[in-house]
Amino acid sequence: MNVLVILIPVSLILGGLGLVAFLWTVRSDQYDDDQGNAARILLDD
Amino acid sequence: MISACPACAAVPLAQEIAAGPALQFSVPSMQCAACIGKIERGLTALTGVQSVRVNLSLKRVSVTGQVDPVFITSGLAGLGFDAFPLDFEALQTSRDDLGRALLVRMAIAGFAMMNVMLLSVAVWSGATDATRDLFHLISAMIALPVVAYSGQPFFRNAWSALRVRRLNMDVPISLAILLAASMSLFETLNGGEHAYFDAALSLTFFLLIGRYMDHQTRSAARSAAKELTALEVQTADLVTASGTRTVTATSLCIGDVVLVTSGARVPVDGVLVSQTALMDRALLTGESAAVSVAHGDILQAGEINLGAPMQIRATAVGQDTSLRRVAALIETAENGRNSYTALADRAARIYAPAVHVLALVAFAGWIVATGDVRHALNVAIAVLIITCPCALGLAVPAVSTAAISRLFSAGFLVKHATALERLAEVDYIVFDKTGTLTTPAVVMPDDMTVQDLAISKALAQSSHHPLSKAIVRATAHIAPATLTDIKELQGQGVQGYHNGRRVRLGRGAWLDGDFAGLGLQIGTARMVPIIASETLRDGVLDALKHLDLPSEILTGDAQGPAQHLARQVHLPVTAGASPQDKLARLNVLAQQGRTVLMVGDGLNDTAALASAHASIAPSTALEASRNAADVVALTQSFVDLPLVISVAVASRKLSKQNFAIAAVYNFIAVPIALAGFATPLAAALAMSASSITVILNSQRMRCVK
Repeated sequence: MNVLVILIPVSLILGGLGLVAFLWTVRSDQYDDDQGNAARILLDD
Repeated sequence: MISACPACAAVPLAQEIAAGPALQFSVPSMQCAACIGKIERGLTALTGVQSVRVNLSLKRVSVTGQVDPVFITSGLAGLGFDAFPLDFEALQTSRDDLGRALLVRMAIAGFAMMNVMLLSVAVWSGATDATRDLFHLISAMIALPVVAYSGQPFFRNAWSALRVRRLNMDVPISLAILLAASMSLFETLNGGEHAYFDAALSLTFFLLIGRYMDHQTRSAARSAAKELTALEVQTADLVTASGTRTVTATSLCIGDVVLVTSGARVPVDGVLVSQTALMDRALLTGESAAVSVAHGDILQAGEINLGAPMQIRATAVGQDTSLRRVAALIETAENGRNSYTALADRAARIYAPAVHVLALVAFAGWIVATGDVRHALNVAIAVLIITCPCALGLAVPAVSTAAISRLFSAGFLVKHATALERLAEVDYIVFDKTGTLTTPAVVMPDDMTVQDLAISKALAQSSHHPLSKAIVRATAHIAPATLTDIKELQGQGVQGYHNGRRVRLGRGAWLDGDFAGLGLQIGTARMVPIIASETLRDGVLDALKHLDLPSEILTGDAQGPAQHLARQVHLPVTAGASPQDKLARLNVLAQQGRTVLMVGDGLNDTAALASAHASIAPSTALEASRNAADVVALTQSFVDLPLVISVAVASRKLSKQNFAIAAVYNFIAVPIALAGFATPLAAALAMSASSITVILNSQRMRCVK
């Protein structure tokens, strides 16, 4: 069970990285135009 | 723009200054990926444009570069899109900080919920003693700060309700979250078996989803109102000794002389200083024919100048104008609407006391039965958590978010938070005529050649006159001819040169014709008359066929045009109705037990729009009417009008289904909780399953036809 001492912090840090990445996407206006971003992938240029 | 480092913030700012201010345009007709490419490529090709960015969700285009907004609007019109310039200042100040804060709280709650849930799985799978206590302790360390941060919106609402001795939905929610967190902490410190940290967090998370959706719905309504105010620039051309100066309409004083250019709206009430003028009063009175006025006649704010530029002297400004007086009439009419109780509030009114009583009964019952306060409190908390306020909190917002985005993509802005619920109850429709069911139009003669049409379009494009705009619409499929030396002769028409020949579009008398109306003359040839009339708006007949509700028309126009329309659409019509008549008719209908939908655009409809049970206005309506309406139709065609009603009916049905789903979960789970068999696992399952079912059920809105 001693492995938990390492695994739990590791899982929390990985999850925390995801959270930080999400906060960054919110701050850089990436949710302002969800439909447009979905459509842009179909454009050639 | 927010930069990653504070020091970088200055750099994009410097770029913005170099590029000039960003211009924003609302382009309601863009729908798909192809439109993005077309607009961005087409506008970048214009000289002076530095960058173009399309926002498809908001149907907006922002353009940077030193360009004239008119240039961009005509560029967009050339690409086949109607565009309205937006007031950048007004949009800038309305940044959605509240929505962003909710999103961040939701993300943090979601992150914490997932981690605590993982730790809880170990406990549910049979971890005991020291391991269990360790897992509970780690859960507590994650959960407590997160509950304190993410739960704030609920705590604040609950507190503000309790302070005035009232109950709302947030009271049982806050109580459940706080009691679950503190009781679990107590259990953890005493080595207890059950901890509800995961329940407290998932409750917060699911409810924040609902709260965020609710906020999106409301802010969609708010931004619709803002977007529409921005459409109308409230300025006036003040005549001073040293020429004219553009000022805001609110800064005018009585006695000021104002220049009203051809095609512009009269900004204030006043008397005519120029000798004669030709006015379009369709928006104020519903009259479809132009009205001539002479020196000294009274003009009201909102009339459109059809003739030459003219001057008026202001007689009433600000709060005293007739427009403002109508606004006061609207406010009284709107009181009835504001007292309408939304479905979610009615549900909360039953739900909140019931839950408290139930939890209290459970607590008291178990104390009497066993005398064990700790166990009784645990059961009471389980009851509070398990009564599924999540599903109830999501039931309406999930549906209305889906419904509003469905209507937005069809070209309808829903402006009022309870509009959908009121629209669903409609059983009678009253239409206005001028500008609503009919639009000004011209009939281009059949024997006109393509070249004639191209010349007409080129001449018409250079003028603001409503008839010129109608000609541009009637020749939409034709490419305009290349003309030189185009000039508009005040009150007469437009002239230019095509391949060395003089071409003119204007009044019959000016063109030496024997016909008084509009005509086209090429070189010295005889004038070709162009018939000006009203046509039915696109899609009106289809819409009336599918609406299948008793309807009638109330118009301020004369008998002749009114009866003509009545024959076309087979509806009873009342001609010559004043704004008071319209209001009175709506009151009579309301007394007969009808719930009336009013569709209208003019100032004469505004009071009726506000007092009707629900109302729709086209985007061409006066600002006051659009403000009074629940829904604004951004599209030219009315063919999708029945969709508004069917989406509204569907959203009422889906909301009720969602409440039923939540109730079913409660019927199963509450007896288990009361009996004391509810474990944290059961609470987590009931909560997640009911919330997800409710969200999935709401997505059926996409299939509504």
